[in-house]
Amino acid sequence: MNSLSGWPGTERIKREKIYILFLFLGLVLVAFVFITIGNMYYKQVEDFSGLIDAATDPVVLKAIAISVTMALASTIIAFFFGVPLAYFLARKEFMGKSVIEGIVDIPLMIPHVVAGIALYGVFMRYGLIGAPLRKLGIVITDAYPGIVVAMLFMSLPYLVDTAREGFKEVDPRLENVARSLGASHWRTFREITFPLAFPSILSGAILSWGRAISEFSAVLILAYHPISAPILIYEKFTSFGLRASRPISVLLISICLVIFILLRWLQRRRK
Amino acid sequence: MIEVRVLYRDWKEFALKDINLAIERGEYFVVLGPTGAGKTLLLETIAGFYFPDGGEIWIEGQNVTNLPPERRRIGFIYQDYSLFPHLNVEQNIEFGLKLKKSASQDTNRKRVKEIMDWLSISHLAHRYPATLSGGEQQKVAIGRAIAIEPSILLLDEPLSALDLRTKDYLREELKRVKEEFDITMVHVTHDQTEALVLADRIAVMMQGRIMQVGTPHEIFNKPLTEELADFVGIENVLRGVVRNNVNGIAEIEVDTGGTIFAVSEYRDGVVKVFIRPEDIILSESIGDSSARNVITGRITGLHDMGPLTRVKMDSERSELVALITKQSREDLGLNEGDEVYATFKATSVHVVRG
Repeated sequence: MNSLSGWPGTERIKREKIYILFLFLGLVLVAFVFITIGNMYYKQVEDFSGLIDAATDPVVLKAIAISVTMALASTIIAFFFGVPLAYFLARKEFMGKSVIEGIVDIPLMIPHVVAGIALYGVFMRYGLIGAPLRKLGIVITDAYPGIVVAMLFMSLPYLVDTAREGFKEVDPRLENVARSLGASHWRTFREITFPLAFPSILSGAILSWGRAISEFSAVLILAYHPISAPILIYEKFTSFGLRASRPISVLLISICLVIFILLRWLQRRRK
Repeated sequence: MIEVRVLYRDWKEFALKDINLAIERGEYFVVLGPTGAGKTLLLETIAGFYFPDGGEIWIEGQNVTNLPPERRRIGFIYQDYSLFPHLNVEQNIEFGLKLKKSASQDTNRKRVKEIMDWLSISHLAHRYPATLSGGEQQKVAIGRAIAIEPSILLLDEPLSALDLRTKDYLREELKRVKEEFDITMVHVTHDQTEALVLADRIAVMMQGRIMQVGTPHEIFNKPLTEELADFVGIENVLRGVVRNNVNGIAEIEVDTGGTIFAVSEYRDGVVKVFIRPEDIILSESIGDSSARNVITGRITGLHDMGPLTRVKMDSERSELVALITKQSREDLGLNEGDEVYATFKATSVHVVRG
């Protein structure tokens, strides 16, 4: 691969025409994201006192804490069930495999509000799962479990898909050799397959966690209360406008970015 | 001893069919065959990575057909070495030792050190596989496999990805491993030289079947069929009828004309005659020779093959191919169109029923 470091001479420009063209095209997208987020931060700096107010408002802090921890819970559940599924899908060929893979990816395809309505139908007090759970005294809707359920549904494909690709990259022959050296299948998974796929699994978990925090529509329908950050932001926006909702947004994405960068850094270091 | 009895395995695109093998304890056994013959699958099935659809595998008198690979005590070495990329050399070699309940960390460390010394790779102990050359990686793979003191070592094209010099060197290492640790070696390759140099016995495998089992001499000089003859580089195949047999020397009237003498028990009937190109000697005149067969012909082609020259000649209406050294080609001053005498011994002619 050619690097674009250094100031290109005319010869270099000729040779790397396509890279330069593609770079400029690609920069449109990069600028799109950067300007949007950057603008929000910039405006907030102008209204620094608003940010301080938000950061010291217990309602705001609680909403952010709910989002972060419920997303973590959702990711842990997705990990616990998703990693085994991902390994199975990576290693086994069987009839109907594409159907299973398709089902896992459904949440990526459907509008989130539709997912919210579907989830509500199943988890409400008279729903397929909601009713029996209610008999056990567990209420899903408008409660913490509801937030987790909505987040899990919307974010699980990210973890399963990324982990599956990670497992596929681990050569089955490494597992064969480990077995021949006396390791049981379980031990081989623990000591060879899982550690080698771990960077991908972590990537999937980070994506899944990020997706869970940002989930709005499905959470809105399933559990408006206890109020989580995106819903609080929306509420403030519709009631009081941009000025009221922006500081919470800046706080939320700042926390997300810090955690995100930290995890990526840890992942790099492991490699 | 490894016994494979009527082993059968059907994959969608490929099948192992009726495999029967008996590999002696301490033997260097080579499975030789073209790419896609099913050699790797056979090896992986013996190791237990796949279960056969039919048949049995016995190791040292124990039926292991349904045992998982971790309970077979078989070392396995792949062409691409398959070192654990997240473990360094020392940890790779220690991997199997750590799994044994009996061993302590100290004895493991000592053993790893012994093995690394023996393979002259101690200086690589803390390096990771990605930083090693192919030859070094293969040594580590050998070390990792022998660390668990397997009774059998299965090698899947272990030298194929290496350059020539490393290949020669590691070939000797493999012999040394067999002698030192008294391990039964089952080595799969498509490389005939490798088979010839290493093997006590060879099995030739084609299209999922074992076609012939024998000593290297038998495989390369006495193939059972024309297909096998072709595979081991016997380019001269003639058809004929046995007319007479005097003291174990058959007189074969070749279809295309002329008579060939061959050491054979056959007294009559239709036969095929195989002659290795390197067993044919070319000369410009009939000199004193004990060789029974002399054929005159005209050179139709000369192909330089490095140290050897491949000579094609038309003789008595049949075509023969001879391999001679570059030196003899120059000494004889051979050119296309020259008339030459091709001589070969009756012992160099292999006869099968055709």
